[in-house]
Amino acid sequence: MKTRKADPKGVLTGAHYLDGDFALAEGALAAGCRFFAGYPITPSTETAERFSERIPFVGGMFIQMEDEIASITALIGAAWAGQKVMTVTSGPGFSLMMENIGLAAMQEVPLVIANVQRGGPSTGLPTLTGQQDMMQARWGSHGDYRIIALSPDSPQECFDLTIHAFNLAELYRVPVFVMTDECVGHMHEKVLIPPADEIDIVERKWHQGPKDKYLPYQPDADHVPFMIKAGDGYRFHTTGLTHDQRGYPVINAEVQDWCVRHLIDKIDKNADKIIKLEEDQVDGAEVVVLSYGITSRVTIKAVQDARRQGIKVGTIRLITVWPFPEKRIQELAGKVKAMVMPEINVGQVVKELERSVAGRTKVVGVPHCGGWVHDPNDILKAIKEAAQ
Amino acid sequence: MSPDGKNPIENFLRMDRIPHIWCSGCGIGTVVSSFADALSKSDLDLDKVAIVSGIGCTGRVAGYVKLDSFHSTHGRAIPFATGLKLGNPELKLVVFSGDGDIFGIGGNHFIHAARRNMDLVVICVNNFNYAMTGGQVAATSPIKANLSTAPYGNFEYPFNLPYLAEACGATYVARWTVLHMRQVTTSILEALNRKGLSLIEVITPCVTLYARRNRLGDGLNLLKYYYENSEVRHGADTRTLDIRFQEKITCGKFIDVEKPTFLECMNAHLTKTLGDKYRPYGV
Repeated sequence: MKTRKADPKGVLTGAHYLDGDFALAEGALAAGCRFFAGYPITPSTETAERFSERIPFVGGMFIQMEDEIASITALIGAAWAGQKVMTVTSGPGFSLMMENIGLAAMQEVPLVIANVQRGGPSTGLPTLTGQQDMMQARWGSHGDYRIIALSPDSPQECFDLTIHAFNLAELYRVPVFVMTDECVGHMHEKVLIPPADEIDIVERKWHQGPKDKYLPYQPDADHVPFMIKAGDGYRFHTTGLTHDQRGYPVINAEVQDWCVRHLIDKIDKNADKIIKLEEDQVDGAEVVVLSYGITSRVTIKAVQDARRQGIKVGTIRLITVWPFPEKRIQELAGKVKAMVMPEINVGQVVKELERSVAGRTKVVGVPHCGGWVHDPNDILKAIKEAAQ
Repeated sequence: MSPDGKNPIENFLRMDRIPHIWCSGCGIGTVVSSFADALSKSDLDLDKVAIVSGIGCTGRVAGYVKLDSFHSTHGRAIPFATGLKLGNPELKLVVFSGDGDIFGIGGNHFIHAARRNMDLVVICVNNFNYAMTGGQVAATSPIKANLSTAPYGNFEYPFNLPYLAEACGATYVARWTVLHMRQVTTSILEALNRKGLSLIEVITPCVTLYARRNRLGDGLNLLKYYYENSEVRHGADTRTLDIRFQEKITCGKFIDVEKPTFLECMNAHLTKTLGDKYRPYGV
């Protein structure tokens, strides 16, 4: 892994009062993203607006495409031209992007998509919050593949995790999603942007060495192939079809097995390095509450109340939602009496939690259909029930 | 044949991927030959030329051409190429795909790329049907033509592609049949040597599906039909270029105008508006 310090041109060092949407744009600029293609959609549009306002002075490209399909596809093209690329969207736009998220996964293209989630399905609640796209983030495009999804809980984390998302995208040549939501997107808070020389940027895993020996999809020891870009004289080919290490289409079960397993392995076998959690008082806890994004902030109040009532509660905040921290959950399963998981959907990530504990610990979901965050008392009630 | 016994086109093909998948009598290979010929006649640095295809029979072209070549998703070759071009403005971008891909599922992208005068050479092989999937009705199928999903004949109005392209803002528009190999080469060469969005439509036989269903004979019969029914009218009013079933096909170069491209407009406008603070892009 090669890292360098951030390019100061994109870094707005200082203390700011920003909403999450703006912080996403600043995170992208700090990470070295100089290519943004997007399409307006509430509640994410402010990110595109901010980027379009800032980029003429930083040097880069902003283009508002004709739809979300074109936006994500332009990102893939621009990434093959060597750019760090990003777009932002919300539920309906995320749905439109799914086909080419599959193309990005298949061609192993590093890119970042922020989804400022709103309530669904369909047009749903354009201006109100939800966390209902979590499974879509994981499985939304057809076929088997892996992605990485992060979930910021504040404007500060929208900034920090966008940089982290770019770094992960480059490390693993994979689409990375910043799965925030309307509440965090529109919440104004203090955001500290450090000096450029305090921001580490992961460089693309460029191929060095003889061009004629290069195979575009030959995995390196860390499972991730080296990348090249258009215009450098490789005359390479890449496709969305099942392909061999040359990047040439091969339509049979044997190559399909190699190709798909490779996409899975490069994430699954690096999961320990990818997963980030924030734990509090988990040792000795009888109940552990798992949450992510805005819901983890509501959870704080419920957990404080429960602790005041004498219940030993620990918390795990999923900063990385996908890949899911299966190993950590399995360590805790059987040791804690119950795990509680509130999320603003009727039960998505909680199902992965249930699968991971495999019946060794009681799992209590706290569903919410969206439009607003949980009432902390609903989470408190679930904690109390779980503790019994 | 060149002195080394190689067909000159071999330098432009991935010979390790030959034989190709196209049917005998198909015209796509002929358009690829014209494209290779145009590349050989151009002064372009071929390391800086990239080709993008979508999905379908013509969508396979990118897989055979020895350039940086990208096989994208159905209908999305234009936004993919837009990203490549804007990601590295040094590149010359060619979109090589079929009528169903560019004007059916991808129609909206063509419209907007033409509106922006994006710097793309769009080569559209028009065989009047969705061939890869078995000869279904397309946005270009002539009325009365029989297709596998219009088994009693097509009754939808087809697109007149040059008229559509002109209306959307394309700055170079030509149409040829595959019989007009040299003219196709010339048009591609002209498009490669200019800026802005160029559309070259090439009417091409689909022997296996379109011709068979419509009892039009084999490849030779179709070339004969092109020979007898195509008429060259450079600069023709694009409103008059509808193609009716087995009737006249008007060919020629219809539009060739200069207009600043997307990138030129962006840089000029932002330099004027923001002055020295603006960092021009890609120059």
